[in-house]
Amino acid sequence: MMMRMVLQRMGIGIVTLFVVSVIVFLMTSILPGDVANIVLGQSATPETLAAYRAEHGLDRPAYVRYFSWLGDMATGDLGVSKAGGATISSLIDSRIWNTVMMAGLVALISIPISILLGLWAAMHPGTWLDRGVTFGTLSTISVPEFFIATILVLVFAVQLKWLPSTLNLTGSETWLEWLRKLAMPLLTLVIVVSAQMIRMTRAGILNVMSSPYIEMAILKGVPRRRIILRHALHNAIGPIVNVIALNLAYLVSGVVIVETIFSYPGLAKLMIDGVQTRDLPLVQACAMIFCGTYVLLILIADIASILSNPRLRHPK
Amino acid sequence: MAQAEKEVLIAVDGLRISATSDEGQEIPIVKGVDFQVHKGEVVALIGESGSGKTTISLAALAYTKPGLHFAGGEVRLHGEDLLTMAPLKQRAIRGAKVAYLAQSAAATFNPALTIGEQVTESAVLHGIMDQASATQRAEELYHALELPDPDRIGHRYPHQVSGGQLQRLMAAMALCGKPDLMVLDEPTTALDVTTQIEVLKAFKKVIREENSAAIYVTHDLAVVAQIADHIVVLYNGEVMEQGTADQIINDPQHAYTKRLMEAVRPRPMAGMGTEVSGDHHRDIDNLEVRAMTAGYGGLVNGEPKFPILKDINVSVKNGHVVGVIGESGCGKSTLARVMAGMLPPARGDIILDGDTLAGSLQERELNELQKVQFVFQMADTALNPKKLIGDIIGRPLTFYHGLKGKEKHQKVAEILQLVELPAEFASRYPMELSGGQKQRINLARALAADPEVMLCDEVTSALDSIVGANVIKLLTSLRDKTGVSFMFISHDLSTVASFADEIVVLYAGRVVEQGPTDEVLEPPFHPYTRLLISSVPEMRLGWLEDTLQKREMAVGIARGVEITAKGCPFFNRCPQGIKGTCDEQVAPLLKLNAGHEINCHLTLEQLNQVETETRLALDGAAA
Amino acid sequence: MTEQIVTPSPTQNAAAAQPKQEEDVLAKLDDFAELPDAAPKRKLRLSWVGKLASLVVAFWMVLVVIGPWLAPHHEMDMDGDDSFMVAHSNEYGTFHLGTDYLGRDTLSRVMYGARNTIGIALLSTFLAYLLGITLGILAAVKGGWIDMGISRVNDAILALPAIMLGLIAIAAFGSSIPILIATAGIIYATSVFRIARALGQDIMVQDFVEAAHARGEGIWYIIKSEVLPNAAMPLATDFGLRLVFVVLFISSLSFLGLGVQPPASDWGSMVRENLAGLSGGIDLEGNTVISYAAIWPALAIASFTIAINLIVDDISARSGGSLAQKMI
Repeated sequence: MMMRMVLQRMGIGIVTLFVVSVIVFLMTSILPGDVANIVLGQSATPETLAAYRAEHGLDRPAYVRYFSWLGDMATGDLGVSKAGGATISSLIDSRIWNTVMMAGLVALISIPISILLGLWAAMHPGTWLDRGVTFGTLSTISVPEFFIATILVLVFAVQLKWLPSTLNLTGSETWLEWLRKLAMPLLTLVIVVSAQMIRMTRAGILNVMSSPYIEMAILKGVPRRRIILRHALHNAIGPIVNVIALNLAYLVSGVVIVETIFSYPGLAKLMIDGVQTRDLPLVQACAMIFCGTYVLLILIADIASILSNPRLRHPK
Repeated sequence: MAQAEKEVLIAVDGLRISATSDEGQEIPIVKGVDFQVHKGEVVALIGESGSGKTTISLAALAYTKPGLHFAGGEVRLHGEDLLTMAPLKQRAIRGAKVAYLAQSAAATFNPALTIGEQVTESAVLHGIMDQASATQRAEELYHALELPDPDRIGHRYPHQVSGGQLQRLMAAMALCGKPDLMVLDEPTTALDVTTQIEVLKAFKKVIREENSAAIYVTHDLAVVAQIADHIVVLYNGEVMEQGTADQIINDPQHAYTKRLMEAVRPRPMAGMGTEVSGDHHRDIDNLEVRAMTAGYGGLVNGEPKFPILKDINVSVKNGHVVGVIGESGCGKSTLARVMAGMLPPARGDIILDGDTLAGSLQERELNELQKVQFVFQMADTALNPKKLIGDIIGRPLTFYHGLKGKEKHQKVAEILQLVELPAEFASRYPMELSGGQKQRINLARALAADPEVMLCDEVTSALDSIVGANVIKLLTSLRDKTGVSFMFISHDLSTVASFADEIVVLYAGRVVEQGPTDEVLEPPFHPYTRLLISSVPEMRLGWLEDTLQKREMAVGIARGVEITAKGCPFFNRCPQGIKGTCDEQVAPLLKLNAGHEINCHLTLEQLNQVETETRLALDGAAA
Repeated sequence: MTEQIVTPSPTQNAAAAQPKQEEDVLAKLDDFAELPDAAPKRKLRLSWVGKLASLVVAFWMVLVVIGPWLAPHHEMDMDGDDSFMVAHSNEYGTFHLGTDYLGRDTLSRVMYGARNTIGIALLSTFLAYLLGITLGILAAVKGGWIDMGISRVNDAILALPAIMLGLIAIAAFGSSIPILIATAGIIYATSVFRIARALGQDIMVQDFVEAAHARGEGIWYIIKSEVLPNAAMPLATDFGLRLVFVVLFISSLSFLGLGVQPPASDWGSMVRENLAGLSGGIDLEGNTVISYAAIWPALAIASFTIAINLIVDDISARSGGSLAQKMI
């Protein structure tokens, strides 16, 4: 039963990935009209346009183009960037690890902090500290990421002068220097992601806390600690894992802003540059990577909540 | 008289509990209540919703529901006030000295932990015993409570056992730490009658064996009569009357208690059926289903994937009231839904005044829809909360009869009067009415269509007994005034018997017996009908013990209802089942006098013989 | 059953002691005096935080309408004495919040910006609601293949981060205000669709809707009279949240230079344009100081979005907290 549900969910995930690729392809290759025109710009002559179309196979029917594009993507042939003519895979290869490293660090820092704070706030509802956490996190998720970044720059770089406001990575930094340079983008992302995660953890626990079996535990004289750790947490693990996966997915959009503000040489910055220069093949490739990761994380979240459901884990 | 010297275990003295409104005002919920529980005594708190009975019972654990608080008085356990005790001491009492049993076991068991852990948790946490001896005690309790597979049931998870079993497991959970006092909050209300007996029996047995005292909260006087030594009658947060069970049941003093007793419908028996007045009588059947099979999930080989009803023949004659009775899951609501066109049948015909109706709503004519009206069980969900009562009742008037403006207004007032509500209710929202009033509006909407047949699905089940009794009175007067035919569905045989002139007994999707009320309630019975009749609690002390002497009780109650593909569905619960016949072949139809029909393999003589035997056995037990 | 001696207690035999009270009780019963199940319709009551937040939202809404007339300078006039200068006055007037990177009045641009930022977000949200509710209710009411088809496409779009879709759309179509509104409208229509459909489905299985079906009512009557009135309040709350998301989305795009294009004033682009001022402002004496030209629009966004969220938070009741407080 459970296995079947997990497999079913994975099936849906794969289908979603396909639909996503169709959407990306449609939006970048079909809907805008003549790609050759966009790429070559206004100065193009009919001859160069025709040559471009022939070279890139744009004269073929849409579905043929889609499948050949999908095949190329799958085999790692991401095409050639408009700017400078470098292959897109080489451009991405030099950037993607920076983004993965940053996202990984953010996850490492924010997950434990958020779960502890969320749990703690849920255990003491209505206290001033809980209200503080609630208000603080609500405010944080209500403002754009660049607001947080701007305030951090103002405080730590401009007023306190503790941290540099732009990165200028040279590649020859020691670990400590590297961390110091990275502190500001990391901090921004940690704040943004944690706020969301704390709120969701708190809400998840409180939701469990309102169930009749918690009242029963109180009436059995079970101490608070045990109610939280044994009765509530057991039922809240599913929702919490779900929260973590969802928020890692949320990181995907966070990095876009943060990499731009701090000129961090990551994948998102590469994509923004691509959008600004309307380098469609590059945008396609980056979008597929981001969207793929996102879909995958959501899938993990769903599977986690299936696996943690006691009714499914111990079938009749 | 020996009990008079018994020690007082818990004394409730001038207890007051209040809620705080949004504006910070105090709203009294419990207004000064006194009673005592002695050692080894069962005290029942009885009252309708809003009487504060659950709130008072929780005070024995020094607990209030969120939003409420203690406003005064004392609850003394062994002479020590619980309400002013330090929180840590209160916690030490909960589960150890006083244990709680909630109404819905399904919700109060934690789905993620094993039953065994939850049953023993309290005893171990309070240091009453170690895990090994707690587990052992739990197993003894499982035996005592007659749970199946007592050695292994502790390893299972709550969703892996049935509702009736969970209810008894909750008793084990409460008893495991050997508490001085148990608080039982409506522990059998959500159960079917046949399951209720079993759970009551188990409770009574362990309470006696453990010599534990109990506060038993319920709205059901007949249940109280079986289990309580002392009864406290509550209304609106105040004690109306209290005394021994014998005195309250047999000689109530307070007018409110008398009202409560009146609302208890008499035990179903022959002679209760009402006759139809002649002027509404016609020869042709009003609404009828023939050889009807229905279910959900689409058709597989012409049969529904999830069958609910099989080969049903039921007819509602003009001006008659047909009561449909059966336990949850027997398909009684589905029958009404098929008749109303809300669920197209897989096979069979639905006939209205001699014309065959289409199975689905879309294919029925407007005047056919108008003639058959369905009344939902829960008025709360059946009335659109965003519409005025006047619009709710007015819509069928406009929709079927084209009434508008002043005419419609006047008719709405008339209909409100018909259901005994003031005309100014037309400008209220459903939320501003009480449960009973909402149910009247629910009926009024169906009446507004001016129907020939009203299909009432458990319309009194969610109501308090006095309110429910009033609704039945209203239905009776409506039938007399309008001549409308009713199909009245209920799981409560007494309710059906007090209102219907014909009864259809459904079991696992099949009709097992039907006929005029007086005939169905008179022997010979189908074995299931007898089980049902003897399961209805009587308001008499000692009824439970008497009933358990009967032999069908021993066989029939422990098993679940199964919809069988072949044979008689009641076979696995039937004390007279014939192996090889009953489980293989569809039961033949025994036609008795006056349209009374029983579907059973037994002969008339065999059915009658059981009756004599039971009577003899009972007389023997009494002697 | 053994006989028992009744415990004497003050209220024992209340019937005899208080005949008056007994009459009261019976009178109540006869007069249908059962209490209503729920309190009669309550008015929406906000806490002081909620009231304050409503004031903030109202303030910005007023500026959306009349901001340009109230602003002391035109959004594009480079009237200031210098760029990134602190508050000062000259022959063109006073610059209460100083000037931006082109020497324009920051206060006026924030006031004009309300119209662009909130105005575009409102239009997008309305579009999202128009699309989302229509399709959502349609899917809920019709069910079957229509529901399946719309839901699958919707789920796929919903499975992507909004900002990614925005970036792809802008890469494909370029950036202009109509494109922005359409993009945000379509992206956020997917979440509105999901909520409207779920709400619709919940309401469609309610008994009162089934009663209307059984009466033979048509689909439009059911949507208009049964479903929509019950979906209105939850959808209104959601509108607030959705508006916040759209404001964040549009200002993020603007911040990336991909949203509202200069020289139009928009809070997101203003933060970006003036970031350099954080370390490059000048005071009246020509010393280098901090210019808050980037901070004011950032605060404007924050005040608006936080205020809306506070109101929504205030309206939706918090659950669970009360029981957790009972734990010892």
